[in-house]
Amino acid sequence: MLAVTFISPALLLLLGMSVFPLLWALYLSFTDYSATRGGPARFIGFANYTAILTSAQVHQRALTTLIYVVGAVTLQTVLGFGIAYLISRRAHGRGVLTTLFLVPMMLSPVVVGLFWRFMLDAQFGVINSMLGSLGLGQVEWLTRQRTALISLIVVDTWQWTPFIMLIALAGLTAVPKYLYEAASIDRASEWFRFRTITLPLVWPLLLIAVLFRSIEAFRLFDLVYILTNGGPGVSTETLSFHVYKVAFLGFNTGTASAYGILMVLVVIVLTQLYLRYLNKLKEG
Amino acid sequence: MAVSVDEAVSTGPARDRTPPARRFGGRGRSVLEVALLTALAVVMLFPVLWMIETSIKENRDVYAVPAEFFGFTVTMDHFKDVFVAPDGGRSDLSVAFLNSAVVAGVSTLLATVLGVPAAWAYSRFAVRAKKDQLFFILSTRFMPPVVVVIPIFLMYRQLGLIDSKLGLILIYTAFNVPFTIWMMKGFVDEVPAEYEDAAMLDGYTRLQAFWRYTLPLLVPGIAATAVFALIFSWNEFVFAIFLTSSDDVRTAPPAIAGLIGGTTTDWGLVAAASVVFALPVLVFAYLVRKHLIAGVTLGAVRR
Repeated sequence: MLAVTFISPALLLLLGMSVFPLLWALYLSFTDYSATRGGPARFIGFANYTAILTSAQVHQRALTTLIYVVGAVTLQTVLGFGIAYLISRRAHGRGVLTTLFLVPMMLSPVVVGLFWRFMLDAQFGVINSMLGSLGLGQVEWLTRQRTALISLIVVDTWQWTPFIMLIALAGLTAVPKYLYEAASIDRASEWFRFRTITLPLVWPLLLIAVLFRSIEAFRLFDLVYILTNGGPGVSTETLSFHVYKVAFLGFNTGTASAYGILMVLVVIVLTQLYLRYLNKLKEG
Repeated sequence: MAVSVDEAVSTGPARDRTPPARRFGGRGRSVLEVALLTALAVVMLFPVLWMIETSIKENRDVYAVPAEFFGFTVTMDHFKDVFVAPDGGRSDLSVAFLNSAVVAGVSTLLATVLGVPAAWAYSRFAVRAKKDQLFFILSTRFMPPVVVVIPIFLMYRQLGLIDSKLGLILIYTAFNVPFTIWMMKGFVDEVPAEYEDAAMLDGYTRLQAFWRYTLPLLVPGIAATAVFALIFSWNEFVFAIFLTSSDDVRTAPPAIAGLIGGTTTDWGLVAAASVVFALPVLVFAYLVRKHLIAGVTLGAVRR
């Protein structure tokens, strides 16, 4: 059958490169295997899982991740939607404006991370230099516990606001003009029009963007690695970053696998949610 | 109804604020909006401009305090350093750029060859549990890379694929196939199935009908999809840093990140390398700007 011959090569690759490794990780998560010590893996049941779920360290990383995801995604949504709204009200230059705003999104996290690290440098960074010429004090952006996480959120927001903007703009330009015209005949206020026409029509699409960004932010690793390397202390260690430390610096492969499987479960739930809204949007 | 709405909105302090806005009419507000947009655009673009500026500054200007925005000496030395080693040979970075091009190019080609037929089949045939299959395919793309890399690392160690371009190509292909299928399915859905039916009435087989009638119509879509796959592979960092180590294999992202390893960092070189690295992405992204929404949502949202 043609369909099978066309689909199976792709599925086989995914089975080999995604499913098989995950099943292997699932198996390892019930053992005390260590990639460096070698030797046979001993079966230890759910010990890895209980260790992770009861670990205060992991709870702290979960909290950091939560603050980061909620903080970054909220900021991006507000800013992105705001910019999209402003652009959608312009009659001219929309194309140019949109293109300019999209640049950060297309850059590699490595470039973004490195560059912000340079700009946020406490001694010769341009941000502190600008603060200085405004007569404001210097901030140790990446080397203080409290500001490091904020810096991470700011950088992520800088990179991904365009993403929300792009999708919100698509939603905003799809709102039929006659609805606004009808509303202005009724002399409805601007805020009323926004709340009753714009928002309900754009919201489903915006929600998709928000969920998508949440998944991405949850699994983020590279930006943390480059910008702060989890520090100072453990103040910017997200769950993704912690898994890396357990697996590649602590070499507790079994524990790291269990940790990874738990993260995969979270991602699967979020993806389910994402696809459910997507289906709703397509049918509605 | 309209009256009650106006009343509801303009009660209390709001009443004091609304009249001036009305008096200015559209104009004052419009100016304000343009100013706000301009300010936001400057904030968004400043880091990029600063990166370009740093890449053409001499080292003493790079570290100047307070920062120098204008009036520095322009130099191309950093760009020379990106490509030419101090001893005159090829620099490690230029090798890394070449590796990136090879890995991204080959993995994109493979993902296209595997993904396009699959997308066509999902679009045209009644495949069993189609929705579940498509969900499964997309969810593999959402897996956290740090988690996937643990078993992949062990697997590659067994197969001898650690620190090899083939290993990277395989994982990038697996990472781009879900995207290609989702993105291409949308493009195939837009081509009416009737074209193929008509061709089959003329005596062509289904495969010939696909090859002769549908595929040519898909070429622009395939090109756009391939460009996105190329960008994803080119920008990818996590797998690259954990699965490769030697200079001959390493791609550009870990190589550029490696520039900040020591006690001092040559930020001019980092900036120049970043500019060289980002430029092709921006050019490609501009070429596929019409499909950007579908591209960045992995083919899920289309307008």
